[in-house]
Formats: sequence, C-alpha cells, structure tokens
Amino acid sequence: MRFLPTDEQRAFARSLDAMLTAAGTPGIVRAWAAGDPGPGRALWARLGAAGVFALAAPEAYEGVGPLPAELAHAFVESGRHAVPGPLVETVAATVLLAELGDPAKRLPGLVAGETVATLALDVCSPYALDADAADVVLAVTGDEVWLAPGHGEVRVSADPARRPAPPLPGGELLAAGPAVRAAARRARDWALLATAAQSLGVGLALLDRTVAYARQRTQFGAPIGSFQAVKHRLADTLLGLEFARPLLFGAALTCESGDLAAAKVATGEAAYAAARTALQIHGAVGYTDELDLSLWLRKARPLRDAWGTPSWCRARVLAGPTP
Amino acid sequence: MDLSYTAEEEEFRAAARAWLRAHVPPEPLPSLETAEGFAAHRVWEGRLAAGGWSAVSWPERYGGRDADLTRWLLFEEEYYAAGAPGRVSQNGVSLLAPTLFAYGTEEQRARVLPPMATGEVIWAQAWSEPEAGSDLASLTSRAVRTDGGWLLSGQKTWSSRAAFADRAFGIFRSDPGPAAEGRPHRGLTYLMFDLRAPGVTVRPVGRLDGRPAFAELFLDDVFVPDEDVVGEPGQGWRIAMSATGNERGLTLRSPGRFLAAADRLVRLWRERSEASAGVTADSALRDRVADAVIGARAYRLFTAAGAARLAEGADLGAESSLNKVFWSTFDLALHETALDLLGPEGESADSAWAEGYVFALAGPIYAGTNEIQRDIIAERLLGLPKGRR
Repeated sequence: MRFLPTDEQRAFARSLDAMLTAAGTPGIVRAWAAGDPGPGRALWARLGAAGVFALAAPEAYEGVGPLPAELAHAFVESGRHAVPGPLVETVAATVLLAELGDPAKRLPGLVAGETVATLALDVCSPYALDADAADVVLAVTGDEVWLAPGHGEVRVSADPARRPAPPLPGGELLAAGPAVRAAARRARDWALLATAAQSLGVGLALLDRTVAYARQRTQFGAPIGSFQAVKHRLADTLLGLEFARPLLFGAALTCESGDLAAAKVATGEAAYAAARTALQIHGAVGYTDELDLSLWLRKARPLRDAWGTPSWCRARVLAGPTP
Repeated sequence: MDLSYTAEEEEFRAAARAWLRAHVPPEPLPSLETAEGFAAHRVWEGRLAAGGWSAVSWPERYGGRDADLTRWLLFEEEYYAAGAPGRVSQNGVSLLAPTLFAYGTEEQRARVLPPMATGEVIWAQAWSEPEAGSDLASLTSRAVRTDGGWLLSGQKTWSSRAAFADRAFGIFRSDPGPAAEGRPHRGLTYLMFDLRAPGVTVRPVGRLDGRPAFAELFLDDVFVPDEDVVGEPGQGWRIAMSATGNERGLTLRSPGRFLAAADRLVRLWRERSEASAGVTADSALRDRVADAVIGARAYRLFTAAGAARLAEGADLGAESSLNKVFWSTFDLALHETALDLLGPEGESADSAWAEGYVFALAGPIYAGTNEIQRDIIAERLLGLPKGRR
C-alpha cells in the first residue's frame, strides 16, 4: 500500500498549476461572469491540450482513461485557480456519451478541449451550467438523452461565474432505455468526483490566501495571525481540508458510490467552512467584490450543493456497505 | 496511489482474525477502571502475549512479530472489529516501549519489555503535575542525585492507570539551574519508578463516572537506581516529546478503533430505524451517523497516507497534532450521536456507549489539550506567528 500521489501525478498537477498561474485566472473569471467567454474558451483549449478531458474518456474515443485519480488531481488545480466554465459538466457529458457509444459523435472534440459541453440530469438539477457558453447542451430526462436545441433564460447564481440555464425541451433524441440510466449514474459519479476535487482546490486557495493575509494584517500592534482566536479557526480549516483530501483520492481509487459521496460531503463542507473563515478573517475587505478572494468565496457554497447535496450524499454513504 | 495489500499482508490479517475469533472473550470484560476489571484485563494481556499478539510491532526477541506499520494497522483493525477488550497495557506499549527502543539500553529493553508484553507489569504515565499540564515544562518535581541513583520528590497528577498499575514513567527536574534562568525545558531527566516503592503514595482520583481511571502520586525521596534512567540525564524533555508525538499520533489511536465504533453505530441506527418511525424520519440524526462513517474512513485514509510517508523516511512531526485534534473531536461526536440514538437508555452508565462517551469526553484534554494542538498546527504547519497563548 502506498497511498501517496505518484511522481507523475505530482508533476502533472505542478504543470497545470504553473500554466494556470501564468494564465492569470482572476481576469478570465471576471470576463466569464460578465458574459465574455472568449478568454475562458482559450484557457479551456489549453486544458484540453494538456490532456485534462482525455482522462475521463477511454482510448476508443481518443481518451487516455478512465484515470479518475489523475482527473482528481487536475480538478483540484482547477479549483485552486477558480477556472470558470462547465468543466465538471464536460467530464460528465464525456462519460455519459462514451457509455452510450457516442451517439452524437462529439467525443473527439470534447476530449481535445475543442468542444465545450454541459448537461442537466433531471435527478440532480433542472439547470445546465453555462449553457450559454457551451457548444453542446445535453438533457437527461428519465431514461432518455436529448441534444437540446438551446437553453432558456440564464439565471443569476451566488457565483456570477456560474451561469445556470434550463435546456430547452425537444431537439435530437440521442439514446433511450435502461442503458441511459446506468450511463447517467456513471456520469454523475464522475461529476461527484470532479466537483469534490474542485471544492478541495477552492478550500486550499481560500486557506492559503487567508493565512497570507493573517500574517501581514496588523491590529492592536500585532499580526492578527498571532491571536489565538484567529489561529484556531485557521487550524480547524486546515484540519477539515487535510482530512477531506484522502477521502477524495481514496474515492478516486475505489470509484465506489459511498466513497464518492463521502468525498463530496467532506470536501464540500471543508471548502465552505474555509470560505466562512476566510471571510471572517479578512473582515470587511473580504466582503467586497473587488478583492479577488471573492472569486473563491462565492464558489464554495454552490459547489457544496452541486451534483449531490450534502444530505443526499450522506444518505448514499449509509446505503453502501458499512465502513 | 495504491490502497491494496500484498498477499503476505493479507495472510497476516487472516492469521490475526483467526486467532482473535478463537480467543476474544464472548462477554465483555468488566471495566478496566475497576480493580476486578483491571485484573481481568491483565489476564487478557497474558493470553494475547501467549498467542504472540500483545506487541506485534516489537522485535521477535521481546515477544513481538516485527510487524511494520501497515501490519500493525491491519492488526488494530482486526482487533477492534473483533470486539476485543481495551488494552490496559497501552501506556507501556504505546508510550514507554517506543521510547526504550529509541533511547533505552539493551539491558533496559530486555528487562522491561517482556513483562510489559505479558501484562505482568502494567505501566502508568506520570507526566502532569498540579501546576504543569499544557505547560508541561513548568514541572517542579525533583530528581536529586544520590548513591547509585536518584531520589524523586514532588507530586504528579492525572496519572492514567496508576490506581492499579505496578510501575510508572515520567520526567523530573534533575538540574534546577536552567529553569531558574528561564530555560525550563533543560535539566529534566526521564525516569522509570516503582509505584510500590517506599515513599510513593498513590491516591486514586475518580473521573466523571466515579471510576479511578487516574491517580495522584505523592513522592517523598523515592529511590530510583541509575539503571532506570532512560537516555542521558538532562535530556528528558527531548525524549519525552518523541513519546508524546507517538501519543498524539496514530500509535495511541489507530483507525481500527473508530472504524469498529462507526460500524457499531450504523448497526445501532439500522436497528433503531426498524423499530421506530421517528428515528427513520430524523434526517439530522441520519446525517450525523453518516458523518461517523465518513470520519472513520477519513481517519483511516489519512493514516494510510501518513504511514506511507513514514515508510519513505519522512518525519510527521507537527502533523501528529492534526491526528490528535481530529480523533478526539470525532470520537466525542460519534458517541454523542450514539447516545442520541439510544434516547433515555443512553443514560445508563453501564452501557458500552455510555462508558465510551465518558472516555471520549477526556479526549480533547489529554495527550496535550486541543487548544495547544491548534497552536502547534497554526504555527508549525501554517506558519502563523507566535503570540500569547
């Protein structure tokens, strides 16, 4: 047993981190939120070229997967850099279409990062994320998969860089029958894994920024990070994230339903707690749109609830084998 | 990344499981915090030792199996899953023994370890003093040089197991000079002593449930021969700290205990759900049961990652503080959930859940309070500046 990232996984995560740092994601997120997906699409293509989407697809569809552990590493980095767009949804669409034999013949484009997809699973949400910026909008209703003809009104999210909209009914029926349900379950499992990984990354970024702030911000003549009340909140934040991390990578290894749900609960709650702590310790400046911290602060809560609320995930944990 | 075991490891697990299945007493032993229970647990330690399972990580020549960390963790999982009794020899096995392996002499290991493994000699820890708890370096009990050894004087408190144990280990101020100059961590010496030696008075202290789980020790010129000094005189702090790292970290609380407890909790929840529609409908309670499963898994996997790093030569250092805050907080939440599920029955002090709850209440206090652990996490792992405590 060697439950540690391999050298290759570390190198892959480091290279994505370097690329995303150089790309300056805060500006890209702000453009995406303002309805300009151009810079986000350019970054998306680079993620595709780096092989991120290929991790979710088997070789038969020009992928290199399924490699859930590598995907988890990549999505931690996407969360740490607050990369905008339907990344999770594109992975879920890739898994769904691959399971169904690629009826729409879209997989090579998705795998390469040339096509942006989103989808709505009726059992999760009536909304597809960023349908206005996607090339492909899928809708799963019951045991049917539809290529939607477009999307309805874009709704306002707590995170302005998330743009949910309902798929329009009708369009092209891609597949129907019990196989759709099985494929949708698998797509959702991958969405849980990717969202959990993004949450962990968001939480880590919030902690890093808050620790840096607590070291330099002074009050009463001392850095606020020297006050025990501040220290203990940050210690608890680290604790939450560090005990969520192994659940994420453990779930990536087993891909067992209860393990994925456990990882989603733990990462989602830890990242949300990190956001609450980050806001409190930054004080009023944290409560502003102009500080880049807000890009992560506003993500934590929607990610916690996306693709499986904590309560749904906890029920799934108990439905599985006992520990 | 890998979570699988080798064939040899699986064989080891199967051997432990088979032995435990054949030997674990069918009825729980009386509480080890009573004289009767203590004696029964001592007998159990002897039986474990006869099977070669009382100290699996020790070298074979002292009665162990030379088990590495992975095998030790597997043994612990099997041990708790089998519902085997709590380990009355834990202070010795998890605190003193690793210290002797690191700092003791061959003569000390040969003399101290075999009777520790069989339960013939049960060890109590004697760290805290009335004015030295979290600030342990402020301790004032003394070790004064005499012919062929040392004379110990002073008072120790919260000494776990001491009400019924045979011997104890702790640190004593052997040179008051450095402390007077504001360097209290210097001039301390690590010593082992006999709880029945002339000059030792043991006063059992009842814990919250009234049972004498610990004691106060009054020491009045208690003679300790030189052979019972561990490491060099004056080096006691460094030696003790390496042991408390073990205590906070995984050797005191391996994941097996919590996996077994979470499993029992889920079974209790299922039974109660079948019996009562109110329990089934209580989603808040259900979520807390799920959190127990999630927490136990998280701790197991966190430990697996730590074990892998240790195997590669890393030193976990301040990370043991993460373990300590996690398991102590988690253990308490798990037992609170069980008591809520039991409702009025949870009040009965005789139930295993109630006893576990009382024990869990102490978790955030012993082995270094969680407040001090959070300071360590913030300063050493997050790099926040030191400040007033």
